Amino acid sequence: MVLTQVHQPEEGSSTFFGSVFSSRYVQDPLPRYEMPQKSISKDAAYQIIHDELLLDSSPRLNLASFVTTWMEPECDKLMLEAVNKNYADMDEYPVTTELQNRCVNIIARLFNAPVSEKEAAVGVGTVGSSEAIMLAGLAFKRRWQNKRKAEGKPFDKPNIVTGANVQVCWEKFARYFEVELKEVKLSEGCYVMDPVKAVEMVDENTICVAAILGSTLTGEFEDVKLLNDLLTAKNQKTGWDTPIHVDAASGGFIAPFLYPELEWDFRLPLVKSINVSGHKYGLVYAGVGWVIWRSKEDLPEELIFHINYLGADQPTFTLNFSKGSSQIIAQYYQFLRLGFEGYKNVMKNCMESARILREGLVRTGRFDIISKEKGVPLVAFLFKDMSHNSAMKLATLLRRYGWIVPAYTMPVNLEHMTVLRVVIREDFGRPLAEKFLSHVAMALDELDSSSKAPLVPALKHTIEVVSCTDDANQPFMVRVLPQEAEPVKKTVPLLTGKTKGVC
Amino acid sequence: MVLSKAVPSSSHDASLDCTFASRYVRAPLPRFKLPEESIPKEAAYQVINDELMLDGNPRLNLASFVTTWMEPECDKLIMAALNKNYVDMDEYPITTELQNRCVNMIAHLFNAPIGEEETAVGVGTVGSSEAIMLAGLAFKRKWQNKRKAEGMPYDKPNIVTGANVQVCWEKFARYFEVELKEVKLKEGYYVMDPEKAVAMVDENTICVAAILGSTLTGEFEDVKKLNELLTEKNKETGWDVPIHVDAASGGFIAPFLYKDLVWDFRLPLVKSINVSGHKYGLVYAGVGWVVWRSKEDLPDELVFHINYLGADQPTFTLNFSKGSSQIIAQYYQFIRLGFEGYKNIIENCMENAKVLRQGLEQTGKFNIVSKEVGVPLVAFALKDRTYYTVFDISENLRRFGWIVPAYTMPADAQHIAVLRVVVREDFSRSLAERLVSDIHKVVQELDEQVKHVTKVVTTQVDITARGGGTDGALVHKSEQEIAEEVITYWKKLVSRKKTSGVC
Repeated sequence: MVLTQVHQPEEGSSTFFGSVFSSRYVQDPLPRYEMPQKSISKDAAYQIIHDELLLDSSPRLNLASFVTTWMEPECDKLMLEAVNKNYADMDEYPVTTELQNRCVNIIARLFNAPVSEKEAAVGVGTVGSSEAIMLAGLAFKRRWQNKRKAEGKPFDKPNIVTGANVQVCWEKFARYFEVELKEVKLSEGCYVMDPVKAVEMVDENTICVAAILGSTLTGEFEDVKLLNDLLTAKNQKTGWDTPIHVDAASGGFIAPFLYPELEWDFRLPLVKSINVSGHKYGLVYAGVGWVIWRSKEDLPEELIFHINYLGADQPTFTLNFSKGSSQIIAQYYQFLRLGFEGYKNVMKNCMESARILREGLVRTGRFDIISKEKGVPLVAFLFKDMSHNSAMKLATLLRRYGWIVPAYTMPVNLEHMTVLRVVIREDFGRPLAEKFLSHVAMALDELDSSSKAPLVPALKHTIEVVSCTDDANQPFMVRVLPQEAEPVKKTVPLLTGKTKGVC
Repeated sequence: MVLSKAVPSSSHDASLDCTFASRYVRAPLPRFKLPEESIPKEAAYQVINDELMLDGNPRLNLASFVTTWMEPECDKLIMAALNKNYVDMDEYPITTELQNRCVNMIAHLFNAPIGEEETAVGVGTVGSSEAIMLAGLAFKRKWQNKRKAEGMPYDKPNIVTGANVQVCWEKFARYFEVELKEVKLKEGYYVMDPEKAVAMVDENTICVAAILGSTLTGEFEDVKKLNELLTEKNKETGWDVPIHVDAASGGFIAPFLYKDLVWDFRLPLVKSINVSGHKYGLVYAGVGWVVWRSKEDLPDELVFHINYLGADQPTFTLNFSKGSSQIIAQYYQFIRLGFEGYKNIIENCMENAKVLRQGLEQTGKFNIVSKEVGVPLVAFALKDRTYYTVFDISENLRRFGWIVPAYTMPADAQHIAVLRVVVREDFSRSLAERLVSDIHKVVQELDEQVKHVTKVVTTQVDITARGGGTDGALVHKSEQEIAEEVITYWKKLVSRKKTSGVC
């Protein structure tokens, strides 16, 4: 809808026909607290916002995030075409809904869910792994409550056992849904949940044990099989039916392609639900996650809403309702476009880039690598002397080159370790890896040279003690002579005559 | 990443085939299992694009409040921001600041009691569902803390709303274990009655939720009266029951059209308000907002300070990673349109709603159930329901491309069935007139069909009576009886498809 206005003659044609940068719009202060009274032209609005956003970092150089930052132009086209489709309108957009169902089926079979060939799997698309985990956790909580009620036992103190390396969404789930979080502490050298310790912590109030496939901190896969074996033994002894949830947010789209013989999914009988982020190694932009349940029994019917929405019965179990359809369509595009071999090739490339990075960092002789070779393609490293300041400084220096590399302290018990972590995504190929390594080398040089020079110029004080023979009461006089700053050795290039720069 | 393959010159080069000549359009689509091989991106795009053609046309979807059109400049901004993960606040500080500015603007729009340059308390969400869950969580936690301090039981929280609430309130209640006490509706009164609501309030009530812009009829509930009655009850009982206003649709209408309507933070008991950016905030699906009156209304224990990816980020949302596009689009709309722009658009919508309403009244067949003050939508019921129902009309309108939902009202007005047309920004007068004429056509067709059927029936009865009976008694049925049998059959056919919930 075009807003037309009758322009008052005194405004002048320059405001109407002028280019954005000649107009008054780029002079007016930006609205920050209150909605502006008047409208402005769409070109001005676009330009102003676009220009401000130039100061955001470049998403592709953001080595902190697992979340996809590049997709093929054909997929961008599909996403733009779907941007005005509200995913929740299942009856109006039946094909979009069906694409979601197909994705759920595909992912379920990728995780070896015990469904027959043409059977519909139980699962749903979410906005991300946070929502997926909350739904899975809710299902476990409700199942456990129902079981305890049936046994006539108290059900007011549910807890969940995880490693201290969990991502924040587990803590959110625990706090918002009133479940106690029992964390298995990490220790130096063991940066994931220890299955033995975890099983020890399990008690009658435990609703589930959550294992992570692809720890946020170091990319490692936890030993779900061992957990399954130990937990099965404990369940047999105690009669509790404690299940497992696998948080495969990053690892879910890596393990099936690179490590098919690794048993971590529904092949293990105690695993009842798995979540995975479509927007990490599912290779879709931010905004899509998936949660799959083993079977109908693992999702209590009372949590599902059957809303007769505009004509059809659609069962829904999500926290969000209205949301865009673009990412779901993009996920299906990736499944169709890449197929098994495509995903496998992309992951292999990522691991190769990670290897190059890792070897390059080791060659500098300054770092210890704490990430493993098997796991999510990322490299987590720290200075050999575990210096917190060096790590933070390196991160700051790398920013100057455009790279965003996060430096963070490890969780409880290991706070003395400050780790830098580079995540290798699909769009971080060998050329970028080598460039990054050269920048690291330059940054290390700068780090070293700045640490040798004193930070603050040293001040030299000269104190003069003079004996005054004429005054008996005060035999000595003390005087401080003017201070001199010690010169700091720095070379300043002098421009003499010829210009060195290029135009 | 281009996948290239070497092709021997003698064989047919399949890679040169246009998509529709290739084998890709012959292969069955993957529905259950990830395909083994990759396919070219053009083929993937085409295949998915073609299937999606069978989805409904978003702009003709008159069922939904959610925006289906934005200016191309905004589309450009949205596409450019697709690969920015909103939650990386440290990496994308401008995007984060745009969210903060939007929160401030919305808080001021709702007359939050904050100073001119003070930052408001609020957050951007994926939609009103998440916003409501956050607001509800804040109320629940405040109430629990209060009861703990008083030494009273805090295990049975409840919330009072009207039966016309959108499904997300029921979700909140069920997932967060809060009892939902619904004030029943009745014929002619389709919103929450403040008196009945206040009567239902007890010591376990965490808040009373009023709706500004009921989903069913677009009416605004009388929040002022609710505030008065609840203030009195609070004084009597000493409970401190607050109000939450679900302004999902109305929040971006009332401030522009009905400035004198007092419904927001001007009322002292209103502690939080949610609004959907993707309804009359005029942004595509995927953004909502919740604003709290002040810091005290958001318990600090619910806010997470995480050290994710290197920097301290306070976060209180259910979702974590998500796209940034809609937040940027919301800010675009605020500065592009400003107060006058929003006002003009809503006024246009009301005008078009009036055209629709008058057109429907002129057919003489409908009762208008929605009010003139409220959300620009028209809800109408059939005056005469003997021969066909609104469900028939809804079905038949689909032929013309229109999606108009038909649904029955909730308890205790289930015998009323209505059709509802939502007037969005992009529903112009020409479309409104076309809809009226199409409804006219449909109604006429249905009338014709009914006459035709009764005529046929009558003829057949005559023949039977004249021709003599079969062996056994002659069954004489009057014209009237046959007609009634046919009508009952039709009614049964239609009532099987009755919907009961609506969003």
